[in-house]
Amino acid sequence: MNQSARAVTAFAVMAALLAAVGFGQSWSVALVIMNLCLISSVMAMGLNIQWGYAGLFNAGVMGFAALGGASAVLVSHPPVTQAWAAGGLDLLIGVALFVVIVAAGFFVRNRLPAGQFQRVFMIVVVLVGYWVGRGFFASAVDAIESVDPVRTGFLGGLGLPIIFSWLVGGLFAGGVAWLIGRIALGLRADYFAIATLGISEIVVALLRNEDWLTRGVKNVTGLSRPVPFEINLQNSDWFVRMIERFNARTLAVAPDVDRQQMLTQLVIEGSGIFVKLCYLGLFLAVTLLILGLCVRALNSPWGRMMRAIRDSEDAAAAMGKDIVYRQRQVFILGSAIIGVAGAMLTTLDGQFTPSSYVPLRFTFLIWVMVIVGGSGNNLGSVLGGFVIWFVWVQAEPASQFVLSNIASWFGEGSGFAQWLLDAAPHMRLLLMGLILLLVLRFSPRGILPEYVRETR
Amino acid sequence: MTDFINAFVLLSNFVIIPALSLGSQLALGALGVTLVFGVLRFANFAHGDLMAFGTMIAIFITWWFQSLGIGFGPLPTALLALPFAIAVTALLTIGTDRLVYRYYRRVGSAPVIFVVASVGVMFMLNGIVRIFIGPDDRRFADGERFIVHARTFRETTGLAEGLTFKLTQGITIIVAVVVTIALFWFLQRTRMGKAMRAYSDNEKLSRFSGIDPDRVVLVTWIIAASLATIAGVLYGLDRSFKPFTYFQLLLPIFAAAIVGGIGQPVGAIIGGYIVAFTEIGVTYAYRKFFIYLLPESFEPSGLAQLVATEYKFAVSFVILVLVLLVRPTGLMRGKVI
Repeated sequence: MNQSARAVTAFAVMAALLAAVGFGQSWSVALVIMNLCLISSVMAMGLNIQWGYAGLFNAGVMGFAALGGASAVLVSHPPVTQAWAAGGLDLLIGVALFVVIVAAGFFVRNRLPAGQFQRVFMIVVVLVGYWVGRGFFASAVDAIESVDPVRTGFLGGLGLPIIFSWLVGGLFAGGVAWLIGRIALGLRADYFAIATLGISEIVVALLRNEDWLTRGVKNVTGLSRPVPFEINLQNSDWFVRMIERFNARTLAVAPDVDRQQMLTQLVIEGSGIFVKLCYLGLFLAVTLLILGLCVRALNSPWGRMMRAIRDSEDAAAAMGKDIVYRQRQVFILGSAIIGVAGAMLTTLDGQFTPSSYVPLRFTFLIWVMVIVGGSGNNLGSVLGGFVIWFVWVQAEPASQFVLSNIASWFGEGSGFAQWLLDAAPHMRLLLMGLILLLVLRFSPRGILPEYVRETR
Repeated sequence: MTDFINAFVLLSNFVIIPALSLGSQLALGALGVTLVFGVLRFANFAHGDLMAFGTMIAIFITWWFQSLGIGFGPLPTALLALPFAIAVTALLTIGTDRLVYRYYRRVGSAPVIFVVASVGVMFMLNGIVRIFIGPDDRRFADGERFIVHARTFRETTGLAEGLTFKLTQGITIIVAVVVTIALFWFLQRTRMGKAMRAYSDNEKLSRFSGIDPDRVVLVTWIIAASLATIAGVLYGLDRSFKPFTYFQLLLPIFAAAIVGGIGQPVGAIIGGYIVAFTEIGVTYAYRKFFIYLLPESFEPSGLAQLVATEYKFAVSFVILVLVLLVRPTGLMRGKVI
């Protein structure tokens, strides 16, 4: 089977699976899965740029996704003016001091003569800066966090439409990736993996504990939306009329007494689906945009160069390519895309919960997506995002179903039966590992393998 | 003078003893990572979950022994269960090697493919542990709790500060020392140990000298499983067993292995203690310590804590980054056993 027939078949199977969920369970569930599939696809494309194009083992996907999520809060949440009044000035002084210290550090490093004297000076600058900056910072944090801690207790955001945060999330993640790239790129692959794993843990720890910035574990709920709220739809005439027209036939046969009640019911259901469809449209647009850009990038001379670097750094370096610079570039780009996906996810959730960021779900699951979909193939990553998210979500009810059937043979209430039922939610971890290992072993190029142009 | 002793006791109680026991646990974990890296040449992401698996088996055997009424006197029953747990975990690592890693060795895959495979193994072990024992926090230490109790210490010495030395901390330190000595004896003195070092140093040359690579790999996995199980059980006895915590231990363990020089057993041990001492050292609030030592006018107003406890993972990581920047080979010039 050639490349495109393979892709068409794979996506057709995926569509059939989603349709089966739609008819079997409900369209609402199918749409929820599809939205998250699209977000997963974007994340997988971001990681694919790093791993598939350039061979960088980024084990810190979680950190970039969390940064994207935080940007959704910082962009869309209305600013908490009391908090700014209480601690804003001190905070700004703290930040300014931090900038001064960093500048002083660079000055010492670059301008002073190297040697013992420089080293001592550096330590003095850092320690004094830390001591002074910390004072301002601590008082600012205390002041901010004591402003109505039940509802706010943080600075809030800019109060802009949340959709801007998708861009900002990309910029945030890209910026942090630049920083990480400066430290960690150029290390051998395993070290780079460990370094990124560590940094992502730190990023999430910061978001979880710096209450003044993101409210920490108190979470930020009720974020604004780029799409209408269900309740507003239910109260607007045009929507009710649209639902009425859609279901004209069912309504016509219903007896007069029930008609109004039935319509209300349909409007409530319809509003949920309508909102999800709106999200679907937005996410689909972003996915297609990023997919298009990625495909173009991969087929461009730049993409060829990246693959050359991946396949042999030495050969590429001999051709005059700056390996570390290019790797940093690709690392920033991929992380930015992951950041966009992170912001999209928080937008969809409508809330930011730092404690939900765990490496298995946000780093290693994305890895499974890329490997299973086909590393180096953008469409493959999209497919991987769909397939793996689908399996991840559906594995739980499926194993619940299978195991409860097995359990019923042993009789309800027996210890073994109960144990089986408790085990059901964790089956999907086992399944994911199994899928990853099987694909890696028997089809290491994934469902949609990387397209290699033959030259003769 | 009393102030000085009090300050010292305080420091031992909250920094030195906990760091010694955590350091021992991390060192044992890092030894496993470093051995796998030295011989098989990849960073094993599944090591934390391997520790969790071994500990889970030990907990099951402990429960079984407890139900049979078998105890270990004042010592925790888990120590009796340890050899059995090691055997089961060794079977598991040998099995995963046969089913997963051996193929990539035969094909000669790049190290990073091994890492991806270890991510798959990590997922599966994670699932297995959660399926069998559940994701909850479990304590399985029994027997005596303290070697030195704070109150008795205060009464016998007449100091204001009490010193607590938990039995589990004592066991951890002793077991770690014994295991390390045994491991070094094995690596330096036995035929197999020498073969392992030769294999790690130069794979091709060791093959030409008639060393059987399969046997080396087998022994490495057995040792890695033993070290992981011992480290996991000791950590679980000292604190508690929770699958997610064990997964998170991966980071400080990697940090310890890299700081010491990956592939270097001595380095792993030093690295373990460095990470543990910095982690606990910088997150401890020194307020009381300074109150004892400094004259009244200099007493600190705040907690005198350098870093908040929430960031202890960051600490091990910052050490890691510093070492990678300043001395990428680690303290012991890594990559030979």
